[in-house]
Amino acid sequence: MPAVTATTTTRKSGAAGKAPRRGNRKTRRAGWWLPYALLAPAVLFELVIHVIPMATGIWISFLKLTKMYIANWGNAPFSGLKNYQLALDFNSAVGSGLLKSFLITAAFTVLVVAISWGLGMAAAVALQKSFFGRGFFRTLFLIPYALPMYAGVIAWKFMLQKDNGALNHFLFDNLGLPGDKPFWLIGDNAFVSVVIVAIWRLWPFAFLMLMAGLQSIPNDVYEASAVDGAKPLRQWSAITLPMLRPVNMVLLLVMFLWTFNDFNTPFVLFGGSQPPAGDLISFHIYNASFLTWNFGSGAAMSVLLLLFLLLVSGIYLLFMNRRKDRA
Amino acid sequence: MHETTGAKTFRIVSITLLSIFTIVPIWVMVISGLKPLKDVQGAFSWWPKTLTIQPYIDMWRTVPLASYFVNSVIVSSVATVLSLIIAIFASYAISRYNFRGRSVFSTTVLSTQMLPGVLFLLPLFLIFVNINTNFGVQLVGTRLGLIITYLTFSLPFSIWMLAGYFDGIPRELDEAAKVDGCGPMRALLTVILPAARPGLVAVAIYSFMTSWGEVLFASVMTTDANRTLAVGLQLYSTQTNVYWNQIMAASVVVSVPIVIGFLLLQKNFVAGLTAGAVK
Repeated sequence: MPAVTATTTTRKSGAAGKAPRRGNRKTRRAGWWLPYALLAPAVLFELVIHVIPMATGIWISFLKLTKMYIANWGNAPFSGLKNYQLALDFNSAVGSGLLKSFLITAAFTVLVVAISWGLGMAAAVALQKSFFGRGFFRTLFLIPYALPMYAGVIAWKFMLQKDNGALNHFLFDNLGLPGDKPFWLIGDNAFVSVVIVAIWRLWPFAFLMLMAGLQSIPNDVYEASAVDGAKPLRQWSAITLPMLRPVNMVLLLVMFLWTFNDFNTPFVLFGGSQPPAGDLISFHIYNASFLTWNFGSGAAMSVLLLLFLLLVSGIYLLFMNRRKDRA
Repeated sequence: MHETTGAKTFRIVSITLLSIFTIVPIWVMVISGLKPLKDVQGAFSWWPKTLTIQPYIDMWRTVPLASYFVNSVIVSSVATVLSLIIAIFASYAISRYNFRGRSVFSTTVLSTQMLPGVLFLLPLFLIFVNINTNFGVQLVGTRLGLIITYLTFSLPFSIWMLAGYFDGIPRELDEAAKVDGCGPMRALLTVILPAARPGLVAVAIYSFMTSWGEVLFASVMTTDANRTLAVGLQLYSTQTNVYWNQIMAASVVVSVPIVIGFLLLQKNFVAGLTAGAVK
C-alpha cells in the first residue's frame, strides 16, 4: 500500500529513538490525524453546502410548506407522504405535470447527448491527423464551450425570434420557403429549439474529451491496420472506438447528468414563461417551488429526481464495471 | 500515410458544417451589437446596414452593467479561490493517505457532483431565510450568500479533479522531498503543487467559468445589491422595448475576457481535465 508508506516517516518520529522497525509503526500512529486535519475544512464546507441542505430538503418534502410558512418554516405542519403521493399520482395536476416534464426531459437528454457525442466524435476524428489549419479549428470549436452559457443562449434566443430573428430570415427570406414564419420559442417548436441550443453548448465538451482520448492512441496501430488493408471506417470501429472506451464511459455519464439537470438553457431561452414543450425537469421543479411557493411539493419532486439519477448512475456504473471485468 | 478520398470528404464536410454551426450565433451576436435599435427590431440582416458603436455606450446606462460586472468578478473569484484552497488539502489527503472514512468521503463528494442544483437551491434558500429570521444575518441578496451557494458545484468538482490529478504525480517526488527532510505539508507546498500546476489552472478555469455563467442560484439569491451578469443581461427587456442590440453588445463584453482567458490557457485545461477525469 504505497499510500501508507508516504505517511510513515517524519522527522520527529526519526528522533524517537526506537528500533527502526517498530519506529515505523509508531510513526504511522503518530501522524494518523494528519489526513483528517487536511480534510477538516472540506468536511466542514461539505456539511454546510451539501449534507445539511440535503437533509433539510428531505425533511421539507414531508411538510406542507406553502407561502404562509416560508418565513418560519419550522412551524409548517407535517404532511407525511402527501407530497410524494401527489407527485406520483399521474391523474392529479401535479403528478401529470411532473410525468410530462420527465418524459420531455428524457427525450431531450437522449437527443442532446447522442447528437453531441456524434458531432464531437466527427470533429475529433476529422482533426485527428495534422493538416494546415488544424489548430485554428480546434480553437474555434471550443468557443461555444468557453462562452458564458447565458451569452450563447441569449444569442440563440435572438436568432430564434419570429419576426426579427436570423433563422426565419434565412429560411424564408434567403431560401424562400413558402408560408408564414413560425414561432420557435412557443408551441411545439420550442422543443426543437431547446434541443439545438443545448447541443450547440454541449458538443464542444464531447469534442474536447474525445480529442484528448484520441491523442493517447499510438499512430502505429493505425499504420499497421492500414498495411493489413483496413478502411477508415473499419479502423474507427475496430481501433478508435474500443480504445476510447474509458473516455466514453465517463463522458457519457457526465453528459447525461448535465443534460438531464439542465436548468440554464430553458431558463434563459424561454425566460420566465416556459412553453409546455420545453418544460424540462429542473425548470419544472423550480417553477413548482418558486412560482406557486409550494416548497414541500418542490422538495418531494427533487427527492424523486435524486433517486432516479442515483438509480440510473448506479446501474450504469455497475454494468460498465462488469463489462470491464469480463474484458 | 495516404488519406483516402472518403476520409478526406468526411473531414472537409464535417469541419465545414461544424464551423458554420459554431460561428453563426457568434456572428449574429457580434454584428447585432453594432446595429442601431431600429435595425434589430425589423427584419434580420446578415450585414449591418448602419454600423454604430452606440449600443456599447448605451448598454452601461440602460442597466447598471458595471456594478453587475463587479459582482460577478468578486463572487466568481472568491468562490474559485476558496474551493481551490479547500480542495488542495482534501485532494492531497485522498490521493496520498489511506485512512478510515476515505472512501466514504470521496464517494459523497463524487455523488454530490451529479445532483441537480435545484436540489440544493430550495433547502439553501430556506436555510438562509431561517438564519435571517432567527439570527438576523442576511444571506439572500448578499455576495457571501451567493459565494456559499456557488461552492455547491465548484467544491466537489475541484476535489474530484485535483485528487485525480495528484494521483498522476509520481510518489517518488514525495519520497525525494522526504529524503530532503520535508514534512508532508512542505512536500505538498514545495513539490506537489508546482508539479500540479496544469491541474490547478484547469480546476480554477473550470470553477471560474461555471460561476461566471451560473444562472439558477443567481436568479433566486440575488437582489439589486448583488445581481450578477447572468441575471443582469435579462433586464434589457422592458415593457416597451427589447434592446437586442445592447443585449448583444453586453454579451460580447461579458464573453470576451473569459473566452480570451480560456483560449490562452486551453492547453492546460485540456491536459488537466483529461488527467483528472479519465484515469
